[in-house]
Amino acid sequence: MIREGLKAGIPVIIGSAGHAGGRPHLNWTLEIVRELARENDWHFKLAAIDSEIEKETLVDAFIRGRIAPLYPAPDLREASIRQATRFVAMMGIEPIQSALNSGAQVVIAGRCSDVAIYAALPVLEAIPKHVAFHAGKILECGSAAVAQRFYPDCMAAELDQDGFTIEPPNPDFCCTPQSVAAHTLYENADPYHLVESGGTVDTTDARYDAISDRAVRVSGARFIPAEKYTVKIEGAALAGYRSIVVAGIRDPLLLRQLDSYLARLRAVVERKIADSLKLSRDAYTLQFRVYGATGSLGSVEPCPQVEGHEVGLIIDVVAPTQSLAADILPIVWHTGLHHPIPEHEGLISSLAFPFSPPGADMGPVYRFCANHVWHLDDPCEPFRMTFENL
Amino acid sequence: MSELWQYTKLIRSKNAGPFELTFDIMFKDEDSFRRVLESGTLSSELIARLYKVDSKLVRFFVIEPLLTVKISIPRPVFSGDVNDTDVYGGQFHGPLVRLPVDAR
Repeated sequence: MIREGLKAGIPVIIGSAGHAGGRPHLNWTLEIVRELARENDWHFKLAAIDSEIEKETLVDAFIRGRIAPLYPAPDLREASIRQATRFVAMMGIEPIQSALNSGAQVVIAGRCSDVAIYAALPVLEAIPKHVAFHAGKILECGSAAVAQRFYPDCMAAELDQDGFTIEPPNPDFCCTPQSVAAHTLYENADPYHLVESGGTVDTTDARYDAISDRAVRVSGARFIPAEKYTVKIEGAALAGYRSIVVAGIRDPLLLRQLDSYLARLRAVVERKIADSLKLSRDAYTLQFRVYGATGSLGSVEPCPQVEGHEVGLIIDVVAPTQSLAADILPIVWHTGLHHPIPEHEGLISSLAFPFSPPGADMGPVYRFCANHVWHLDDPCEPFRMTFENL
Repeated sequence: MSELWQYTKLIRSKNAGPFELTFDIMFKDEDSFRRVLESGTLSSELIARLYKVDSKLVRFFVIEPLLTVKISIPRPVFSGDVNDTDVYGGQFHGPLVRLPVDAR
């Protein structure tokens, strides 16, 4: 992308850098770009837009009443902001436009709206927002908007004052009015209203017309400017460290009493953990994830009973440190391995471990701790821009 | 009695952000779309009951030009939280696939 972009004089915009767009992800992506530039002897102006927000900046905005929850949102307070690991703000088109106005040929954006990476340049070129933002939404997943996506690929749209024409560059693919319209549904709770920083794209009256057997003309969306300019903020808080064991259970006598077996096992191991590690029940979480019953849907599974001939069990421990999680885990699996059931006399081994050793450390577990918006006077305010001439 | 999947070309669930789930039910043709809608099988109340959420929190969209029903709900557990079971929300549609449909 960078090679062809430089050749054709087309800016290359990447966001959210490195999946989540935090500072480590931005820096990782920048290192890749610098390495590519060195290896290929490319020379260009690189812009980096850091979207990570210092916690004290956010606390200050919170105290000044500039932070408002979306729905549904975790409870965010001063203390929980300070306890969180990191926050990012999701930039709209303006910081990207500012980088382009400064002559950047490659822009690496931290956390960024998917739509903004496509809409920033067209809006600078005086394409109306209702066209640029709607096109951005359709383009965001590349070939996801084609009728039959045999494999992942690119997508292209041509924008003008009244609408845009979308056509896959790959001759094996085609767009239909249905395939393009259907993409407005994807990963979006409301099919007609796409909320972006600065306004909402309303596609209620949008038209999708086939202009060939593979190109679709899209028009008729409206852009409703927001009363206040806001950016979404996202935060991650450390929830603990995870260790897991995977095991199969095949004994029919055990399977028919699996719930009560696991309840009895839980009571025994909680006592052992309290005795040997001095950890109370609320200091860690122990979950039995039963595949073949409630593994995929958890508490909303309408058929929670085991009906098959075997189940897959994941013993899932989350504790305040990795070493505590790793200490708890063998207490659980070893107790579970030999825990008796009344139908069998003598020592039984009830868990089939596919791996030896049976357990693995999974590292830190983070939870989302914010689903909020931040009211800004300047859309670029929280984003720090740096330039390098490579 | 028939089942919902016999009328559809796609039934899927996915996160709509980490805090919401959305279901897209796309019908094969106009006739299938009408018959299922007229049967009253799909409703906010059904989704509320199946996914244990308040029916007032269920957003239910009938998108005629796409022969699609879209339903969005708050996630029972936020994505990636300690007790989440499906980080991307891609399997929550399971209970809908074989839903009995009492169609004419």
